[in-house]
Amino acid sequence: MNRYLTAVKAALFLLLLVPFVLIILDGVQDNLTADPIEEILHRTGLWSLRILLITLLMTPLKVLTGSALFIRLRRMLGLFTFFYASMHLLVYVWLDLGLDWAHFFEDVIERPYITVGMLAWLLMLPMAITSNRHMVRKLGQKWKRLHQSIYLVIGLGCLHFLWLVKSDVTEPLIYTGIGLTLLLFRIIHHKHVQRKARIAQSSRS
Amino acid sequence: TLPTTTDKNERFVIDEITREKDATTYNNFYEFGLSKSDPAENAHTLKTEPWTLEIGGLCEVQGKLDLQNLVNGINVEERIYRMRCVEAWSMIIPWMGFKLADLIKMCKPLSSAKYVYFETLYDPKQMPGQNGRSIPWPYREGLRMDEAMNELTLMAVGMYGKELPNQNGAPLRLVVPWKYGFKGIKSIVKMKFLDQQPVNSWQAIAPQEYGFYANVNPEVDHPRWSQATERRITGGFSLFNSRIDTQMFNGYGDYVADLYNGMDLTRYY
Repeated sequence: MNRYLTAVKAALFLLLLVPFVLIILDGVQDNLTADPIEEILHRTGLWSLRILLITLLMTPLKVLTGSALFIRLRRMLGLFTFFYASMHLLVYVWLDLGLDWAHFFEDVIERPYITVGMLAWLLMLPMAITSNRHMVRKLGQKWKRLHQSIYLVIGLGCLHFLWLVKSDVTEPLIYTGIGLTLLLFRIIHHKHVQRKARIAQSSRS
Repeated sequence: TLPTTTDKNERFVIDEITREKDATTYNNFYEFGLSKSDPAENAHTLKTEPWTLEIGGLCEVQGKLDLQNLVNGINVEERIYRMRCVEAWSMIIPWMGFKLADLIKMCKPLSSAKYVYFETLYDPKQMPGQNGRSIPWPYREGLRMDEAMNELTLMAVGMYGKELPNQNGAPLRLVVPWKYGFKGIKSIVKMKFLDQQPVNSWQAIAPQEYGFYANVNPEVDHPRWSQATERRITGGFSLFNSRIDTQMFNGYGDYVADLYNGMDLTRYY
């Protein structure tokens, strides 16, 4: 099981790096459209959101298959979500705004889609910092509560996407739909577990 | 086809122009798809010859004009203009075209004509994007008569010394360099003189975000993003070109600022 897990993790790691490598390769070959900054922003943002949804898929997969493997992959997925979100933020602040901090703060305060995007990244930061085994042990129950802010992040991420498109909201709506489905699964599952616990308790008494 | 000799207008020369490759593969033309790379891939289905322009509304000379005849009998020149998209990126493009004013004079508009209205071709067979509902088709645009008569306002039939590529609005498109790019309606089949201000497509879709005038104005932000700066797409790899300041009327204030004297441009955006 352990060697199997290591192999799966290594493969997943390489797979999750592919979008990043493609950006570099396309960049070198001048294949990032006429507006490379916009293209990199778009790709990193999209991959961050996609990997976030895959991260959220792990718990349902574990429940449905009974395999704990999926939970073991969650941290790497979460960290890659953060990696692409950080690239997204870095490209925006550095390449796009040229480190013009006045412009940056104006954007964060005045543009709702940037406000929620920034908020999503800020919520991910403590999760990324406390993702190692040591912090999990140290924080105990608090760790769980802290990492539940992922549910907020998915909402903010979808809002960020929805609010920035010019006319056709089909694509962000698809992501929002998947996100809501994953959240709904948790609510239903949570209720189900609670009911089972209640039944177990009442049959014992 | 273009006239064999086309003069460069020396008053509208800019040194650094956008690479042809960039200007012809990065287009907003929803008739051929929503992504900016779609038009270059899909626009080959558009048949641009022969092409007729229908003239109507409040004018003496009405009816259908064959575009080739029109181009043969009108002064076509090259002008290099800045093009500022409402999405806060910009290009510098060498257009070939004729002054809209020259065409309007030929149509002999009545004194009651206050606006010029344009329509893009509507034909989902040639323009597959029109099967979707991103925009109420056909695409519509309009100008106030004095804007249309301004010497900057161009009807383009070519760019980079060649005929217009389909994705750039062949065979006939409007170029209004002091306004956001969406005013530059593409593949025009209809021109009408009106006494009332028409509703242009983007204004119809989101009136709180896009107005009739759409003048480039760094002081009036789009509700969702700033218009104070822009990403200039020019030659070479522009990854490390950060934003430049957007100029009032896209730098064409000397030609057009008078048109808007006394108007509140935050209200008439």
